[in-house]
Parts: sequence; structure tokens; C-alpha cells
Amino acid sequence: MSSPDTSFPGKSLPWSLFFQGAKDTFPLVVGAIPFGIIFGTLGETAGLSFGATMGMSLFVFAGASQFVSLSLLASGTVWPMVVLTTFVVNLRHLLYSATMVPFYKKLNPLWKMVLAFGLTDETFAVAVRRYHQKDGVPGKHYYNLGSMVFMYLNWNLCTVIGLTAGKAFPEISRWGLDFAMPATFIGIVIPYLISKPMWASVVTAGTISILAGGLPHKMGLMLAALAGVMVGVICEKLFSGKEEKI
Amino acid sequence: MSGAQIQLNEVYLVAGMALVTFVIRYALFPISGRFTFPKLLEQGLRYVPPVVLTAIIVPSVLMPNGGALNLNLNNPYLIGALAACVIGGVFKNLLLTIVMSMVVFLGAQWVFAMG
Repeated sequence: MSSPDTSFPGKSLPWSLFFQGAKDTFPLVVGAIPFGIIFGTLGETAGLSFGATMGMSLFVFAGASQFVSLSLLASGTVWPMVVLTTFVVNLRHLLYSATMVPFYKKLNPLWKMVLAFGLTDETFAVAVRRYHQKDGVPGKHYYNLGSMVFMYLNWNLCTVIGLTAGKAFPEISRWGLDFAMPATFIGIVIPYLISKPMWASVVTAGTISILAGGLPHKMGLMLAALAGVMVGVICEKLFSGKEEKI
Repeated sequence: MSGAQIQLNEVYLVAGMALVTFVIRYALFPISGRFTFPKLLEQGLRYVPPVVLTAIIVPSVLMPNGGALNLNLNNPYLIGALAACVIGGVFKNLLLTIVMSMVVFLGAQWVFAMG
């Protein structure tokens, strides 16, 4: 910090990029507030301690998989199965990092690790837009960092608020918050349903999840997910094949 | 099932979740040069989030609290989920979908509790 940074024309540029990144993430931060609070509130209901619920937001920092893990734990799933499911739910982030590889190429390993840790859906969406602007501004990783720091602080603050609320009102699950999770997930899935293959894959997954619901260790979930993905990809091939022939 | 104290299993759980998530997010960065996925893998990955979420939603709504399949309309989870689908499909607003369907769920729960 004390040594002058010659790679930037103005000394303040990295930090102005940092704050610009935070500013551009603001709408998504607001959107994450209810989820963070609901997550914290549901932690105890799912049988997790204060520390473990907080630990998820501090160290995992992946909203969707944190919610999924709570619903698995609430139904008595063993931890290795929850970790495996987390892996599956977060696999989509591979697409994000693949996109970021050329942009992070020149950064040192510490920067890469920090930015990779914070590569959430929200920060990816904001940062990739900035990286794609061909204005030649150096140091866009500060913009990315600003976005992730803002998301991170907000997510953890909201988790604390939710945890505190859950402690103050232990009967909170009676208020219907256990329905908050399926409600949230339905709201997330609906925008995906814009193509026939997507419909086919989701209907397949839903059907298998019921048929295989009795399998131990929530294996039904894995089976349903796998079948859903396969049906989706196959349908995509069939439909696009038809278009090519016509 | 748990007290205020962190249990050993919870340490494994959080550490395991943190590790797999970080590995997914970081794995490609040590590789230099451009990276492109096989097309099939990229296609498949796009289906993962909605498919996993659906496989969680459906049993939690149709077999609430780990019970038997309940397709009756006296199942408040089913009523709430149907409301969420309609509201989400019409308004395409996440927050509105959550809040409104929870109101419907609570209303249904209250009505059925009254008998």
C-alpha cells in the first residue's frame, strides 16, 4: 500500500474501481437481503448450531447450496451426502470460472484465490459485464473485488440478523418459514422454464424425486438430478436436430 | 438434535461444503491459456440448478415432513406451491412470489387447523 503503484495512471484508480464495483452490485445486494435473513432464521430450525450456520455463510458463501443443505439436514441427511449434494448444486460455477480464466490470467495466485472464493452468481454477472467492456482500463480485478466484498459483507450481516431473529423467536417455524424454502426455489426455477428441453428435464426430475423418494441417504435426489440433466440434453439434441433438417 | 455448541459433524459438514465449493470455483485458474468445455458438458451444466431445485421442491411439497404422498387439497404445502407457480409465472418477480405464496400457505395452514 505504501509503495507507489506505477501501473495505474492515478493513484486512486484501483479504489475508485473497487467502489464502482460495489455500487454496480447494489441491486443484487438488495435482492440477497431477504435470502440471507431467511437462511439465518432457518438454521436452528434445521438443527444447526449458531456457529455452523454462520460458518456456512463465512466459508462456503454460496446461497443456493446453503439453502439446499438446510433442507437436507432438516430431513436428517448425513453430512457426507450434504457435501456431495453441495458439489452438484455448485457445479454450475465451473461455467463462471471457465469464463473468467482469460481475465484472471495475469493475476497472482492470492488474487485468483480471493476472486474465485467470491465468484457467486451475482458477482460473476456484474464483473463479467465490466471485463467485456473494451475500454482498456487496467485493474478491473479491483472492480470485481469491490463487488464480491459488498456481497460477502451483506450476506454475512443478513445471516447474523436472521440467526438473532431465530433465537429471539424460537417458534418462528410455526410462522410458515419452513415453506419459505420451497417458495424461494419455485421462484428461482420458473424463469428457467422457457424451452421444451428445460420443461422435460424439470418434469423428469420432479417425477423421479417422488418415485425414488424412499431411497436411503437422499440418493433419490441425485438420481432425479442426473435423469433430469440427461433428458434435457437429449431433448435439446432431438429438437435442434429437427430444426437442422427442416 | 443440536444445542448451541458446534458439533464435530458440523465442522466436517461446513469444511466439506467450503472445500468442494472452493475447488469448483478455483480449479480452472491455475491452468494457463484459454479453456473451453466440451459442448455436451456445457449443455448439461446449464440444466443442473433448476433440476436439483425441482428434485428438492417436489418431495418437500407433496410429501411434507417426510410423510406419505399427499396430493389432496388439504395439504397446505401443495396449495402454497401452486400459488407460487401461478404468481411466479404471471408476475415473474421473485420477492413477490415468495411473500404472496407464503401468505397463501399460512392462510391454508390456518384454515385447515381450524378444521
